[in-house]
Amino acid sequence: MAMKIGEGKFKDNVNENMQDTFMRGAVAGAQERLRTRRLDAAEELGNWEEWRSHGEEIRKHVLDNLDYYLHELTENVQKRGGHVFFAETAEDANAYVREVVNSKNGKKIVKAKSMVTEEIGLNQILEEEGCEVIETDLGEYILQLDEHDPPSHIVTPALHKNKEQIRDVFAKKLDYKLTSKPEELALHAREKLRQEFLTADIGITGCNFAVAESGSISLVTNEGNARLVSALPKTQITVMGMERIVPTFEELDVLVSLLTRSAVGQKLTSYITALSGPRQEGDADGPEEFHLVIVDNGRSKILGTEFQSVLQCIRCAACINVCPVYRHIGGHSYNSIYPGPIGAVLTPLLGGYDDFKDLPYASTLCAACTDACPVKIPLHELLHKHRQVIVEKEGRAPISEKLAMKAFGLGAASNPIYGAGSKMASAMMKPFTKNDRISNGPGPLKAWTEIREFPAPNKERFRDWFKDHEKGGSGQ
Amino acid sequence: MIHHRDSFLTNVAAQLGRSRNTSVKPERNWKFRPQDKTLSGKTPDELMTVLRDQCRLIHTELIETTSDKLETVLESTVNLYGGGPISLWRDPRFDEFGLGELIRETWPARSVEVNEWDSFRGKANIAEAERANIGITFSDMTLAESGTVVLFSSSDKGRSVSLLPHKYIAIIPKSTIVPRMTQAAQEISRRVQSGETIPSCINFITGPSNSADIEMNLVVGVHGPVKAAYIVVEDR
Repeated sequence: MAMKIGEGKFKDNVNENMQDTFMRGAVAGAQERLRTRRLDAAEELGNWEEWRSHGEEIRKHVLDNLDYYLHELTENVQKRGGHVFFAETAEDANAYVREVVNSKNGKKIVKAKSMVTEEIGLNQILEEEGCEVIETDLGEYILQLDEHDPPSHIVTPALHKNKEQIRDVFAKKLDYKLTSKPEELALHAREKLRQEFLTADIGITGCNFAVAESGSISLVTNEGNARLVSALPKTQITVMGMERIVPTFEELDVLVSLLTRSAVGQKLTSYITALSGPRQEGDADGPEEFHLVIVDNGRSKILGTEFQSVLQCIRCAACINVCPVYRHIGGHSYNSIYPGPIGAVLTPLLGGYDDFKDLPYASTLCAACTDACPVKIPLHELLHKHRQVIVEKEGRAPISEKLAMKAFGLGAASNPIYGAGSKMASAMMKPFTKNDRISNGPGPLKAWTEIREFPAPNKERFRDWFKDHEKGGSGQ
Repeated sequence: MIHHRDSFLTNVAAQLGRSRNTSVKPERNWKFRPQDKTLSGKTPDELMTVLRDQCRLIHTELIETTSDKLETVLESTVNLYGGGPISLWRDPRFDEFGLGELIRETWPARSVEVNEWDSFRGKANIAEAERANIGITFSDMTLAESGTVVLFSSSDKGRSVSLLPHKYIAIIPKSTIVPRMTQAAQEISRRVQSGETIPSCINFITGPSNSADIEMNLVVGVHGPVKAAYIVVEDR
């Protein structure tokens, strides 16, 4: 699996997922809980806006000085005895990881949750080499067991599944015989996975933030799987997006504090682990060898453009948890491992408009995402910018929008036609109107009203009302 | 070894519209510093209250005691958690806080298996921690706001002790309590800046492991310990 998770068209995906009542209920419930927890955590801090502003200035500073901090980081990783590989493309990154795995004769690989390794499709490459790749985050483990079902949320990837479905997957794949109680399911996964951790050759992790001053990488988890992945196998490979970096531990504190509150409403998650190089001399646990793979894969093309601020993202999913569109269509509709508002901005930048030009339209531009973002990415403005680029530079607005705009242009450009049209509108639309709303409009209105209502034209035109008003009429 | 750095950084700089800078440290003129104000000026007792309240939220039992009662309290907490095998750091603080006799005499005499981390025995340490019912460590720094113990690894202080056993007990000297992660971050950064080699692993541990990946139901105890207790002790 790479960033793109299916071949379906956006509209077909939406139609299909809108029928999934469990998924829609689960998403709505999860949004409520996560949103409330984030707001409570923010309120408790008192000066949340100041924290957001500081988060924003840190992320901006790092992006503006990315070459310096990547240099400093990697110097320090090397000083600690680690190896570094800069990968311009997904293929380069995968080839390096494969080479390291083969040189260690690695057969069994345990992985902690990492969006960037999903993005580059690393698992598939390693499986083709004959390796057994085991995802160890509980949500990812469930998805992997279920025939590689793609994630639908960047923090809680198996959000779309209910516990009965999970029990059935466990029964089929793990010979599980107990109930669908989450505690029993989790305990079973713990016992199965513990053996895998103890016998794995290689551990692969992502990286929440790398710390330039010390060459450290940090991992933020609740389950403890990232600790096991980085404590037990002999070789550790960490894959990071090139922008996930902070200057010093002081900024790490700020961004972790923003991340855990925004993602799950916790002051800190159960485990924040800062790892510097391989084990030190005398250490009896930790990896003997450490490799850091720094991935570009389209990110540098975003630098210096009007979309640069999207690289401030710390992957907390707060925007996803408030998005009214995500709430109805679910994560899989976006066809990308990055769903929701952040996905609708980032996916077309990394994957191109050919496959993802519909995503910037999967938004009401209500700006709830922008308000929720802990590092103040102007997400709804970036979505709007995408639409401008799609229409103006790429010339590929959706066809119905083109037709509607053409018709409006024709009508509005000529005074007699506009006058006649606006006079007739109310009468013509009457068959489609109910309670002043149109919900099954004809012609160019169809595509609009399939997914939302359109206000019916007023019976009295503004111009007539104004004339009447000037004459001293009551005018309503 | 560092591969492909030059071309990569040159490209990054070009995208940013300037030539590459790897030598002049960028000025960090922050306009905001909210972290300095959070829980600042609290007395140790006030921070203790913050820690106490937070432990209720993170499914962690908090026990407060004095150094002369620590031995009894630790013994009864271990009993409550079902006894041995026990996995421990090799840490002079166990003796400083009067726990040497319990560890080396009392428990073994009662056939409670106790394994102290010993780097010379290599992998055997991991197997012992994996077999252990309880792992016990001291806290190197303690964050009141989040209820977090900070553990600095070393050859005597294995990562596995707080990770592989079924339950975890942290002994927290009261003097290690600071307001929040900010103070720990400043301390680590100070060590880095002064040229010290920081530990290969620094863990910020906040209660037992947990997950909400199944229908958003909180399950306490996933890959790490399923239960955690903190024993706060007044310093000698």
